[in-house]
Amino acid sequence: MGELPKKILIVDDEPQIRKFLSISLRAQGYLVLEASTGVDAVTVSGLELPDLVVLDLSLPDIDGLEAISRLRGCCLAPIVVMTVRTGDLDKIEALDCGADDYVTKPFGINELMTRIRILLSHSSASRVLGPEFRSGDMVVDLEESRVFRGGNEVLLTRREFETLRLLVKQAGKVLTHQQILREVWGPAHIHETQYLRIHIGVLRQKLESEPARPRFIVTEPAVGYRFQPAEEFNSGI
Amino acid sequence: MAERSDGNRPSPEALLDEVKREHFGRLKVFLGAAPGVGKTYAMLRTAQYRRREGVDIVIGVVETHGRRETEGFVRGLETIPRKKIEYRGLYFEEMDIDAILTRRPKVVLVDELAHTNVPGSRHPKRHQDVAELLEAGIDVYSTVNIQHLESLNDVIARIAGIQVRETVPDHVLQKADEIEVIDLPPHDLMQRLAEGKVYIPDQARRAMQNYFTPGNLTALRELALRYAAERVDEQMISYMRAHAIQGPWPTRERIMVCIGDDESAHRLVRTGKRAAERRQAPWLVVYVETSHHQTLPDEVKDNISAALKLAEQLGAETLVLSGEDVAQEIVGCARQRNCSQLVIGRSHRPTWTRLFRRSITEALLDRGQTFDVLVITSEETPTIVSRVSQMAKRGIVVVWKDYLFALALAAGAMGAAYLGDTMLQLSNLALVFMVAVLIAGVRGGLGPSILVSLISFAAYTYFFKEHRNALLYYNWRDVFEFVAFLGAAVVIGNYTAGVRQQVKATKHSARRTANLYDFSRKIAGEAVLDDVLWVVVHHVASTIQGRALVLMRKETGLEIVAGYPPEDQLDAVSGAAAHWAWNHGKIAGRGSATLPGSEWLFLPLRTARGPVGVLGVAMQGSDKLLSSEQTRLLDALAGQAAVAIERTTLVSDIEQQRLLTETERLRAALLSSISHDLRTPLVAIIGSVTTLLSYGESFDPVTRHDLLMTIQDEAERLNRFVQNLLDMTRLGSGALQLRLDWVDIQDIIGSALERVKKHIVKRPLDLRIAPGLPLLHLDFVLIEQVMVNIIDNSCKYSPAGSRIIIDAGLEGKTVLVAVTDQGPGIPENERERVFDMFYRVKTSGHQTMGTGLGLAICRGIVEAHGGTVSARSGSDNHGTVITIGLPVAEAPPLPSHLDETHKDEHLTDEHHTDEHLTDEHLTDVDVSLR
Repeated sequence: MGELPKKILIVDDEPQIRKFLSISLRAQGYLVLEASTGVDAVTVSGLELPDLVVLDLSLPDIDGLEAISRLRGCCLAPIVVMTVRTGDLDKIEALDCGADDYVTKPFGINELMTRIRILLSHSSASRVLGPEFRSGDMVVDLEESRVFRGGNEVLLTRREFETLRLLVKQAGKVLTHQQILREVWGPAHIHETQYLRIHIGVLRQKLESEPARPRFIVTEPAVGYRFQPAEEFNSGI
Repeated sequence: MAERSDGNRPSPEALLDEVKREHFGRLKVFLGAAPGVGKTYAMLRTAQYRRREGVDIVIGVVETHGRRETEGFVRGLETIPRKKIEYRGLYFEEMDIDAILTRRPKVVLVDELAHTNVPGSRHPKRHQDVAELLEAGIDVYSTVNIQHLESLNDVIARIAGIQVRETVPDHVLQKADEIEVIDLPPHDLMQRLAEGKVYIPDQARRAMQNYFTPGNLTALRELALRYAAERVDEQMISYMRAHAIQGPWPTRERIMVCIGDDESAHRLVRTGKRAAERRQAPWLVVYVETSHHQTLPDEVKDNISAALKLAEQLGAETLVLSGEDVAQEIVGCARQRNCSQLVIGRSHRPTWTRLFRRSITEALLDRGQTFDVLVITSEETPTIVSRVSQMAKRGIVVVWKDYLFALALAAGAMGAAYLGDTMLQLSNLALVFMVAVLIAGVRGGLGPSILVSLISFAAYTYFFKEHRNALLYYNWRDVFEFVAFLGAAVVIGNYTAGVRQQVKATKHSARRTANLYDFSRKIAGEAVLDDVLWVVVHHVASTIQGRALVLMRKETGLEIVAGYPPEDQLDAVSGAAAHWAWNHGKIAGRGSATLPGSEWLFLPLRTARGPVGVLGVAMQGSDKLLSSEQTRLLDALAGQAAVAIERTTLVSDIEQQRLLTETERLRAALLSSISHDLRTPLVAIIGSVTTLLSYGESFDPVTRHDLLMTIQDEAERLNRFVQNLLDMTRLGSGALQLRLDWVDIQDIIGSALERVKKHIVKRPLDLRIAPGLPLLHLDFVLIEQVMVNIIDNSCKYSPAGSRIIIDAGLEGKTVLVAVTDQGPGIPENERERVFDMFYRVKTSGHQTMGTGLGLAICRGIVEAHGGTVSARSGSDNHGTVITIGLPVAEAPPLPSHLDETHKDEHLTDEHHTDEHLTDEHLTDVDVSLR
């Protein structure tokens, strides 16, 4: 983050929430823009071209999902949506609509910061995945399609490896079941989550030291999975 | 009033009467001695006065009979148009009671109280219409002549020689608030008659001419005046009672009228009424039913019930006692009911029978020493003829058989006597014949035994005596023998007849009891209202061999709720009768006093708590009526049905009440929980924040951090509580929708542990998940919440740092997940209750930390998935194990291509063989799916 400070747009109708977010983000060296309505958000992002948008899904004027599509129409910045726990469907829809990640209200600021950091690093061209991905004692050789843990190779089937590759490529970012299924099994199978469950189970058996309490491949309830890079582990709230 | 003192409280009954009357309309009756005295005229004149005073007064029905002076008074008064009723092709006009009820005037004029309505009207009698108007709170002015009064009916018949058919029950006039006697001296009335000023219907002209004699008129006038005077007396007494004025009270003596099965019953009832009136005494009418009753012809039975009905109309209480000794029953009842005077009829049995048996009258006079016994002589001779013919008709078949049998017996006896005589040389052949007489008596009763005794005597005398073939020759010894034969025949025959009657009566009552027992047994077995109703209609229909239905009150009014055979709709008349029966709690419809033209007869189903419905019955033949026997059985059935119906509604009432109490309890618990669990974290947060704001500068970083951590922890606690409340609300309101998906239980446990890691991070955790558990079809987020709640709970109720064990395994078609803690455990009797809302285990020393919602939510969610949740103690009675059982659904559709993919799906060949990889993974997949 040496060069220009990144611009982050906060969209929420609650001034208190905007306030604590902007204080925290500024403290982290970001430039903060604020909007209280969806229409404002679209206008501001059209003018200011923020690097990332933090968007509340329940806005006073327009539907959160519509706000996402409108934002997508004017800028390509990643979007983190803020939602409540009961709105599982909202999260999935938002992610399908083009949002990149989500946090569930109430959330700790660290959680949001992690999401923002990962999304900014993904979107910036600076982070190009090399032929090798390392996380803790795990090494994924993307070119050779091989995986090592603690120096020992782990044998994976092709689909297992494809799944892992997908997760690793977007490490730290949530991937919905549908996104993984579409990529690995093809668009015809996007509703057959049972394939995915089995594969993830097997992957964990092979990769995790404690499969019941996975360190790398974490479950996002009802939404999908996320590859947690080693350094982010235990960095939640 | 001056006499009033503390001891003289108004009598409660009298006050109650007054209060009751306040809601009712007031009845004013213009009483005349004879037609033509000017009752209608007087009524209209009064009405005009009232109208001028501004009272809302209308004419319901007034007959002016074309008299001009009377018609003049009608002017200016609103008249409710009469209703046209068709009867046998002709139209009749009757008072439109519904129109009056709708119009609701203050006062309505209803002429001719004794009028009989045309069949098809609501009530057969106009005074019943008036009663309904009064009940609705409308005042009524009416007119009546003294000869129409029920209790004076026979007196007047004797005075004037005319039986008046249209009568008004005494109680109607007794309830009148005011009686105005319209008096005209007989002479003036005669003059008016001569001038043609008295309306007399053409067909009755001759009869009426005889009626209007000075003697008759004077007698009638006296009756009317005396009646009115008695009423005044009565009113004064009731006033004095209501106001607790001391007076020379007659003791509360009662008069008991005992009626028998003869024609004098009606006379006795009327006499009793007058005696009771004179003495201002309550009275009751009693009939003692013996086994003999069952053998009476129907018309006699009807006569008895008619007399009892008349007694009720006249205001008596009626009782039917049963027993064999009539006198004893009567005396017993009289003692029990404190009756001081008995009114009985004089027996009309032939005098010679008294030699053998005392009449009931005599027996009563003997036993009832402490009573005044009033014996009324019967003037008419009883119509025994009809009774005999009736019996002969019924008994004809039996009688033939019995007499044939008697002849055969006599022949047999003769044969036996002959054999005895020739072969055994019996000394006393009469004994052989006596045996035959006895057998005939036992088998056939009186008649056959007399027949046998006659034949036997003749045969014995003719064939077997020393002076055989000399029938005509007799001496005193023969006469004695003849009398002996006859005597034996009479005694045995009578006895047998009595026994037979008793058997018949017993059989009859046994049938009735069996019917009732059968009904109560059937009805007791049903708990649901619909089943009870079905049993009722089915049983009643088969008992009367007709149709039956039950109506109950619904939102829209009375509705048929059951019928056998099923019935959907009632015609208008039947519907009205059903409503009447419901509203008034009295029998209505076919054969009753109200709307007898209805096809159905309706009995109210009443219990002590009030009406529950109406039972309707209809006989198969349209003109058949229920016998009094059937009516009584129906009454009993209706009573039982009402109780059974009430029982089912009570059950649902109780259930509703229980739910209500439960809801109330939950509401209270919720309130206290919210106030406690919401406020406690807020207190900590606000306290910490204000501390930081005020003194933050002076604290070292560790203290500041500590306070900040407190705020964070408490905020999270608050968040959990709100989440729990939301979940509970969603569960409670049924808004919980399961988003079922194929999930791995291991995944759920891992995810849950991730969420509670703050609590368990400092605890040793044993995670024992059996390999190869099948995928489950459930809502990931909700089951994860269940796991979070259970683990959270285990942490809360066990010492910090103690071990938590999570087991997951397959048992049959269920995946069991058990969470074990090392806490103090849950007392056995509370284990079920921990899953109740707001239930918290009381722990000594431990502060209750939970909200009492967590486990309740678990149960709600798990049960929504068709699973189970339970609590038990851990091994060695140590700690608590909470186990959830989740059903394993049918395996998810896993197409064969999954296998194929494994075959061609492998990594670089250098590192491993295809076969190995494929095999390993196939088994892997298979295991996971099982």
